[in-house]
Amino acid sequence: MSAQTAPARTKGRSSVQESIASRVLAMAVMAIATLYFLTPIWWLFVASTKTRGQFTTTAPLWFADFNLFENIQALFDYRNAVFLRWLLNSALYAGLGAALATLFAAMTGYAIAKYTFWGRNALFNVILGGVLVPATALALPLFLLFSQIGATNTYWAVFLPSLVSPFGVYLSRIYAAASVPDEIIEAARIDGAGEVKTFFTVSTRMLAPALVTIFLFQFVAIWNNFFLPLIMLRDEALFPVTLGLYVWNTQVSQIPDIRALVIIGSLLSIIPLIITFLGLQRFWQSGLANGGLK
Amino acid sequence: MAISRIARTGAIVAAATLALTACSTGTGGDGASGDCAPSDGPVTLTFTSWLPGVEEAVAIWNEENPDIQVNVQTGPNGLGGTYQNFFNQLAAGNAPDLGQIEYDAMPNFRVQDGLENIAACEGILDARSQFVDWTWSQVTFGEENAVYAIPQDTGPMAMFYRADLFEEAGIDVPTTWDEYRAAAEAIREEGGYITNFSQSDINQFAGFVWQTGGQWFSNSGDEWQVNLTGDESLMVAEYWQGLLADDLVSANPPWTDEWNAAFNNSEVWTWVSAVWGANTILSGAPDTAGNWAVAPMPQWEAGASAAGNWGGSTTAVLKGSDHPYEAAQFALWLNTDADALTAMNRTAQIYPATIEGANLPVFTQGVEFYGGQEIYQVFAEAGTNVDPNFVWGPTMTQVYNDVADGFSGAISGTGTLMDALTAGQQSTIAALRAASIPVQE
Repeated sequence: MSAQTAPARTKGRSSVQESIASRVLAMAVMAIATLYFLTPIWWLFVASTKTRGQFTTTAPLWFADFNLFENIQALFDYRNAVFLRWLLNSALYAGLGAALATLFAAMTGYAIAKYTFWGRNALFNVILGGVLVPATALALPLFLLFSQIGATNTYWAVFLPSLVSPFGVYLSRIYAAASVPDEIIEAARIDGAGEVKTFFTVSTRMLAPALVTIFLFQFVAIWNNFFLPLIMLRDEALFPVTLGLYVWNTQVSQIPDIRALVIIGSLLSIIPLIITFLGLQRFWQSGLANGGLK
Repeated sequence: MAISRIARTGAIVAAATLALTACSTGTGGDGASGDCAPSDGPVTLTFTSWLPGVEEAVAIWNEENPDIQVNVQTGPNGLGGTYQNFFNQLAAGNAPDLGQIEYDAMPNFRVQDGLENIAACEGILDARSQFVDWTWSQVTFGEENAVYAIPQDTGPMAMFYRADLFEEAGIDVPTTWDEYRAAAEAIREEGGYITNFSQSDINQFAGFVWQTGGQWFSNSGDEWQVNLTGDESLMVAEYWQGLLADDLVSANPPWTDEWNAAFNNSEVWTWVSAVWGANTILSGAPDTAGNWAVAPMPQWEAGASAAGNWGGSTTAVLKGSDHPYEAAQFALWLNTDADALTAMNRTAQIYPATIEGANLPVFTQGVEFYGGQEIYQVFAEAGTNVDPNFVWGPTMTQVYNDVADGFSGAISGTGTLMDALTAGQQSTIAALRAASIPVQE
C-alpha cells in the first residue's frame, strides 16, 4: 500500500529513488518479521531430526544426523500410538467444530443482517459483547455447568462450547449486509424459493469469503484451545493434541527421554494447521479481491 | 480463578482450617472411629495420576480384584493443572475417588478439606511400619488417629559427582559443606563449576534446609507459623550466596538445554539432587556415561549423616468418595505391593516410600551409567536420615514462586538469597491471611 501511494505524493527526480528506498525498507521489515516467525519453526524442525544425544551437543539451528523418520516412528510406537489418537481427536474437535460453528455463525449473522425483527439490535449487541469475553474466562463456569449434567470428561464437553463463535456472527452480519443485495433475495423469493433454500443456494455463495475466514479462525482457535480441555478432560483417549503434548511435557522430570517425543510431536501438530491455511487461503484471496471490485 | 479459590477457602475455613489437630469430619462425621465399611457389591473407582504408565500397575490390581475395578484418569503434573482440577472437582462434587498428591501440596488439600481420613479403614493404621519414617508424618500431619493418604514415592537426596574428573584433578570428594566449598575453588581453577545453583526450582534449596534441620512451617493447632528466615535457612542461604558471589557455581536455569549441556560437556562436576536425578543425568548427559558416582550429601558437621528430600507423591482418597474403604485398600496395595512398585518403577522410575521397596531387585543392582555402582543403596541410606519433622505449608505454589523471583533477582545482582527469603516470609504471611488461614505474625 505505502509503496503504491508514495510515488503519487512525491515529485521530481527523487521519486524513483525514494520508491526504491521505501520498497527496500518494506522488504527489510518483512524479511525480519519472516525470520522472527520462522526461526522457532526452523529450530523445531531441526531439533526433530536429531537423536537424543545430539540434541544437547550439536548446534541448535543446524542438522546433525537426520533421524526424523526414526523419531516419528518412536513417537507413534509410544504407548500404543496414543499420539495418533490425539491428532485424530484434534482433527475432529477442530474440523467438525469449526464447520458447524461457521454454519451457525453464518445463519445468525445473515438473519440479523437481512431480517427485521424485534430485539434485533439488542441480540446483536449481546453477541458483540461475547467477542470481548475471552474463552479462558468461561472455562471454569463451563466446567461447573457440565458437572451439573454429568458431562465432564466427555467428547461433548469440549465439542459443544466450540460451536459458538461470536466473532463469526459479527463478521457474517457485516459481510451479509455489504455483499448480499436485498434485490437478489427478493428475486429468489419471487422465483419461489423458501428462505432456507435462498440462504443455502444463493446467499452462502456470496458469503463464501466470510465463511472461509470464520472457518479458518475457528479451526485455529479450537486446534489451539488448551485451557478448556485441560479443565474438562481426564481420559487420555479424549485429549486433543495440545493437551496431550502439555501433559507429556510436565513428565519430563520423571522421564527425561519424553522430551524428544514432545518436540517431534509439536512439529507434527502444526502441520494440519499449515495445510488448512494453504488449502483455504486461495478462496480467501479471490473472495476478498471480488469484494474489492464491487 | 484465584479469586474463587480464595473465596471458597474462606468459606471452608470455619469448618476445617485450623484443624490440623482436630479430628476430621469423615463421611459419617464420626472421625476415625470405625466408619470405614466395605461397600456392598462390585465397585468402580476413579484414580487420577500423572505417573506415566501407572495403568500397568493398576491392571495387575484389576485382574486380581474383579469386584473393585479402578479406572485411571490422567492429566498434567500437580502444579501443571491437576491440583487445580481437583479443587474444581471438589467444588463441583465430582472429584475422583483417588488422586496423586505430592507431599508439599498435602497441607493445601487438608486446609481446604479435600481429603478423607482413612485411618479407620482396615489395615491402614497398621501400615505405618511398612513406610520410611518421615513419609508417614507427611500424611498424618501429626494428628492422632488420622491418615490422609498413603505415601507413594520419595526423593532422598545425595551427591552425584564426576568420579573421573575428581580423580584426574586430584581433588578429594567432599563430605562436608566446608570441603565442598574448598573443592569448588579447586574446580574453578580447573575451569569448571562444582555445581549449578537451582535459581528457579526452590525445591532443591528446600531440600538443603530440610537436611540442615530447618523448619519453614509449623502448626500449633490453631494457627500456622511461617519461618522462612530461621537460622538454618539463613545459614544455607549465606553459604550459597557466598559460592555465587565468588563465581564458584554456575546458575543456568534448571531443566533447560544449556543446563543439560553443562553436565554433558563436563563443565559442571556435581549435582546434589534426589534419587530421580539419576535418570536426569543419564538422559541429559549421555556422553559422560560411566564417569559418574554417588556419595552421601555433604554435611554441616563432619561425621553426620543428615539428608534432605526433594519430591515424592502420595495416593490420597479425596473428599466425597463413595467408597473410601475400597479406595484405601487400593491405595495401600498400589504403594506396597512388590509387583505394583516394580511396574511403576519401570514406567515412571519412581523410588518407593516403603522400607521394603529399597530391596526390590531393580534397586540392588549396579548401574552401568554410574560405573557399576549400586547407587540406590546410597539413596536408601539417605532416606532413613531424612528429618521426619519437616512440615510443608498450605500455599507452597506461592512460596516457590515468590522465593524463586527473589533468587533469580539475587543471581542477576539484585539483593541476596537472604533478602529473597525475607521477602518470601512476608508475602507468605500475606498470602495465608488473604486465604483466611490463621497465621501468626
